Amino acid sequence: MQKRCSRLGSEDIYQDIILEYYRNPVNFGHLSNPTVKAQDSNPLCGDEIEMELLVEDNKIIDIRFYGKGCAISQASAGMLTEKVKNMTVEEASKLTRDDVLNMLGVELSPVRSKCALLSLKVMKLCAYQHLGKKMDEKIE
Amino acid sequence: MSDVMEQKHIHLISQEIRKDFPVLQRKINGHPLVYLDNSATSQKPLKVIETMKRYYENHNANIHRSVHKLAEESTEIFESSRKNIASFINATPEETIFTKNATESINLVAYAWGLDLQKGDEIITTIMEHHSNIVPWQFLASRGIKLKFIDITDDGFLKMDQLENELNNKTKLVAVTHVSNVLGTINPIEEITSMAHDAGALCLIDAAQSVPKLPVDVKKINCDFLAFTAHKMLGPMGMGVLYGKKEILEKMNPFNYGGDMIRSVTTEGSTWNDLPWKFEAGTSNVSGAVGLSTAIDYLKKIGMDWVRSHDKNMMQYAIDVLSAIKGIKIYGPLTAENKSSALSFNLGDIHPHDLATILNDKGIAIRSGHHCAQPLMKRLGVSATSRASFYIYNTLEEIDKFAEALEHAKKVFKIG
Repeated sequence: MQKRCSRLGSEDIYQDIILEYYRNPVNFGHLSNPTVKAQDSNPLCGDEIEMELLVEDNKIIDIRFYGKGCAISQASAGMLTEKVKNMTVEEASKLTRDDVLNMLGVELSPVRSKCALLSLKVMKLCAYQHLGKKMDEKIE
Repeated sequence: MSDVMEQKHIHLISQEIRKDFPVLQRKINGHPLVYLDNSATSQKPLKVIETMKRYYENHNANIHRSVHKLAEESTEIFESSRKNIASFINATPEETIFTKNATESINLVAYAWGLDLQKGDEIITTIMEHHSNIVPWQFLASRGIKLKFIDITDDGFLKMDQLENELNNKTKLVAVTHVSNVLGTINPIEEITSMAHDAGALCLIDAAQSVPKLPVDVKKINCDFLAFTAHKMLGPMGMGVLYGKKEILEKMNPFNYGGDMIRSVTTEGSTWNDLPWKFEAGTSNVSGAVGLSTAIDYLKKIGMDWVRSHDKNMMQYAIDVLSAIKGIKIYGPLTAENKSSALSFNLGDIHPHDLATILNDKGIAIRSGHHCAQPLMKRLGVSATSRASFYIYNTLEEIDKFAEALEHAKKVFKIG
């Protein structure tokens, strides 16, 4: 469970691991033959994320993200790609806001949470698209 | 006065001014608030807040129609506010139209004037504009009007030779900002207006950033339209102004249709009210008008020349202090002589949102992002910048704190 009451300082947010994912992003770039792809942006700040999934037998066997944004959005996207690789599309489609915020392990204000959650939204757009379903949940 | 004496004097006045702004007493994350987001909106002095409150406590009524006492008082408050606001920019009351913000002022021109343009007519704007001075013209472009953009030099000035070349007999409007909300560049709007007129075009000035900080005189500029907003100049949100030359406004169609903007209505049709009410449909924002008028009284009391001296002083000090920080990149002019309002920059590889989060820990409020100027971001080759913007209550000490916090951010991001 995350602490909700006390506010952490930025030293706590920008831990080495976040900076490492920001400066050396994992699974960054494009796939040559993605099964499904999606992109979205955060109109408030202009951050953009694209995601590409390679799916075989309903399993995500490879994944890339591309985009620009703050350390939170880039780290979150990189970590998320690692998390969903080898998951089934069904499992990936069921990931929640809290899964991503816990994965990051830092406490964020509501506005900064949007930075962290953009990649989840784009990944889920891919998953839903692959499953042939409409994504009707709102992630924020 | 020597420069140092003048700086000290300005500083002392700012310290006095601070006492008039209740919100500046706040602490954020244990630190005194350092509010450096004034290009987004300014804080409000107690006098403005109280005048608006008193209006609702003592006078509130709908204006222009009823004959009872409160309605008469409200109408008098509203129209005398208009006189004061008009005279602040050297306009007449009938040329001073109330809107809800600068964006709506520009939209008024796009709809009420722009819809009469013909296919093939051209509008010139610039790459340094806020979206509010681009998107309304793109709306016209979608109806066959050609929209052209004037580029900037690498140091943030408009390419005046390009403007000269782009102007021709098809140009109907030059829409340009007085002061860039990102680069802070002060554009030569008198020269631009005169160039537009020579080509037979009108000139619209987006003065949202300039009216709060520089003396602005519409007769001297000789522009045809000028848009600004109350909330960036100590006044309330939801209150904007469009200045337009009388002979042009008279020929224009109304903007919104409905109550108060008509002379008479029959089932067959309607005739329009006189200026400026022709453009003010529906119940007006009386408390907004009196709030802006009070803000103007406040600014007049300290004097717009002083406001600009302070702005220049703060800006030059901030440029000097920030330039000394290793890894910083400042956008736009590097001298306060031709820069006002906004100081945009990037620091190392720290994304502006991360920087703003770290500064917020120290109680410092700056803006981060694209500042509603995405074409300019693209031109600068960045996705976002950080922006500090100052106003009359900011002090040199606050800039020192700001610079210290930038050094702290470098430590958090482990930049040497």
